[in-house]
Amino acid sequence: MTTEKYESYYVPDQSHWPIVGAVALFLIAIGAGNYVANLDTGEGIGGWLLLAGIAILIYMVFGWFSNVIDESMAGKYSAQMDNSFRQGMSWFIFSEVMFFAAFFGALLYARVYSVPWLGGAGNNLETMQVLWPEFLATWPLTKTPDGTTTEAMGWNGLPLYNTILLMSSSFTAHFAHVALEQNRRGALKIWLGITVLFGLAFLVLQVEEYIHAYSSMGLTLASGIYGNTFFLLTGFHGMHVTLGTIMLIVMFCRVFKGHFTPDNHFAFQAASWYWHFVDVVWVVLFLFVYII
Amino acid sequence: MTTATETLEHHDDDHHDHKMTGIKRWLYTTNHKDIGSLYLWFSFIMFLTGGAMAMVIRAELFQPGLQIIEPDFFNQMTTVHGLIMVFGAIMPAFTGLANWMLPMMIGAPDMALPRLNNWSFWILPFAFAILLSSLFMESGGPNFGWTFYAPLSTTYSNGSTAFFVFAVHIMGISSIMGAINIVVTIMNLRAPGMTYMKMPLFVWTFFITAYLLIAVMPVLAGTVTMVLTDTYFGTSFFNAAGGGDPVMFQHIFWFFGHPEVYIMILPAFGIVSTIIPAFARKPLFGYSSMVYATSSIAFLSFIVWAHHMFTTGMPLAGELFFMYCTMLIAVPTGVKVFNWVATMWQGSMTFETPMLFSIAFVILFTIGGFSGLMLAMTPVDFQYHDTYFVVAHFHYVLVTGSLFSIFAGAYYWLPKWTGHMYSEKLGKLHFWCSLISVNLLFFPMHFLGLAGMPRRIPDYALQFADFNKWVSIGGFAFGLSQLIFLVVVIKCIKGGEKAPAKPWDGAEGLEWEVPSPAPYHTFSTPPEIK
Repeated sequence: MTTEKYESYYVPDQSHWPIVGAVALFLIAIGAGNYVANLDTGEGIGGWLLLAGIAILIYMVFGWFSNVIDESMAGKYSAQMDNSFRQGMSWFIFSEVMFFAAFFGALLYARVYSVPWLGGAGNNLETMQVLWPEFLATWPLTKTPDGTTTEAMGWNGLPLYNTILLMSSSFTAHFAHVALEQNRRGALKIWLGITVLFGLAFLVLQVEEYIHAYSSMGLTLASGIYGNTFFLLTGFHGMHVTLGTIMLIVMFCRVFKGHFTPDNHFAFQAASWYWHFVDVVWVVLFLFVYII
Repeated sequence: MTTATETLEHHDDDHHDHKMTGIKRWLYTTNHKDIGSLYLWFSFIMFLTGGAMAMVIRAELFQPGLQIIEPDFFNQMTTVHGLIMVFGAIMPAFTGLANWMLPMMIGAPDMALPRLNNWSFWILPFAFAILLSSLFMESGGPNFGWTFYAPLSTTYSNGSTAFFVFAVHIMGISSIMGAINIVVTIMNLRAPGMTYMKMPLFVWTFFITAYLLIAVMPVLAGTVTMVLTDTYFGTSFFNAAGGGDPVMFQHIFWFFGHPEVYIMILPAFGIVSTIIPAFARKPLFGYSSMVYATSSIAFLSFIVWAHHMFTTGMPLAGELFFMYCTMLIAVPTGVKVFNWVATMWQGSMTFETPMLFSIAFVILFTIGGFSGLMLAMTPVDFQYHDTYFVVAHFHYVLVTGSLFSIFAGAYYWLPKWTGHMYSEKLGKLHFWCSLISVNLLFFPMHFLGLAGMPRRIPDYALQFADFNKWVSIGGFAFGLSQLIFLVVVIKCIKGGEKAPAKPWDGAEGLEWEVPSPAPYHTFSTPPEIK
């Protein structure tokens, strides 16, 4: 059995998409570099290069994935190929987990070590008295050693609604998957549609929360380590939700085009895994950024 | 039956389209051998580029006092030299070897995700173009050391940080995609019958290395992102005034950085463990102990990072924990060294160039390991920290370790890649010139460091002058010796004695069962492993 599966492993012909993608990433990196380096003057064409790079990247992703979908629909992929995709996606998600781990690490380090030490914990009493004798170590850090003040974001209200939304969407995504496996296309469309709506609602509320933080709470990216970790963690999470929602929308369109069968739906599965991953990150984030 | 027909048809497809020639062949290729060659050539070009920067550093340090370059440019040279050698020379060379050899060693038709493989490679030259271009910008290139410690890279940076950060992001994406491809290929594409414990050790070491890459490259991405926002967007992750801590930078960086060190040495173990049995004409002394030792080193690499930070004033418990964990690594590493020695013991050895480089690896890497043990001892490290002793240590493991293993691998597989034997005479010349000059280059650095010469400083006290002169001479000689390698490779590609399918009589593995040069597509149908 394994031998037969093995023999038909599909090795694609030359493809021009990767090099298009390489040019796109180059433009994104050099554009973003220029843009950021000239942030104070606002000069340079960095922003335009960045946009051009993103446009080419979108074109690349679209073209590349169309090729893959065509090949898949033409039945060129064996079960072994499907397995390669699955394993590739799993390890990609693992790498994403490690990306978030860096920022959670920073958050925990700040809360457990750096802020208490600045407040004189451990053997740092003298350092504190010399540097910032007024400093009070609290979390959320609403007043930094150099005197920047902010308000702390509470966990009830918008963040709680968002938690409920995202956790429910994980269930609806699962129901959609079950429906797909049982070949109930109607239920699949409904559950997947609801998942997409939950995702979009989450993003709207997140934007709402950011506006509130910036306009009436004085909580910004530059509000010391509390604002830093808050915005980078929720911000990168939000970017991942955006990506996940786009994936789900694409799956939604493909379902309507009649793609996927109960046995063969790797792309759907991958999008759904990604969505569950985004959800788990949010739960951890809600716990450590908002509640505790 | 249907499968068989499909395979045949598919076979034909392959033969139609692999004839694409010219630049398009290389830009669009999905072939693991093409991509492997691209990686290897790219890494060699980067090796010469980074090497040229080392020459600049050694020229400035030839004499005490400032004579050739400005201190700021000196800092840019040390920084970019480090970045290029780590991310541009050593890592792509290993990925290149993996690309070439893994599918052949496990009997796979190609890498599992061939288009992704192409993308992983082609973003690399762009990343280094960005990094190198920053050297020519008004602000100058990155000057904060390849470790980019905050606040050097944040508060005190010269404006190149943004380019540095985005270049590193692309290098990271490349490594992660390459590593995912390696893991998936090994897990999913092994020939029927090749169980995990029947894989060649080379495959094992790349398997474990790829896991390390997937786990820590994203952490590097997070680190550079925090550096970016600290520098340009007013965050204070690494700034105490905002509640952060510059020492936190070091923790996050070295959480990536220490596994990164093993990413650059585990594949070397794999290469040497392939070559020594071939030329000792004996199987590897303890295969499974090597597998377990490699895994243990990989695991330990995650819990030793703060041994780079003994002088930052960590709590005593932390210093002790990281000291003992670090010394623990000597155990599995010792298992490896004894394994190589025991493999050679009573073997009928011959000393072709790959074997010479491998034996030099065993001895010189062990010296680097011992100096590492010295650095692992906290109280001793207080003395050695940031001196040339550290520079000597990591160059012994990276140059006479990783780089020598890459040379060994290149000589070993050149006949398979090109179909010709390389010139043994020139290969041996390359080896002996490299061996002598590399020790002249790095050995005196131990003494300089113990005597207190700090690293990354363009000037030094007069009493260090003699050793530095010899070090520089060794450096230039080592740099020139590498051109011999270029000549060997070009000559070998162009012609030379025809290589048989298996030019080394002690060699084992599937790669020697296909003709030399290896056909464009190998193992479209998998071999049966018994």
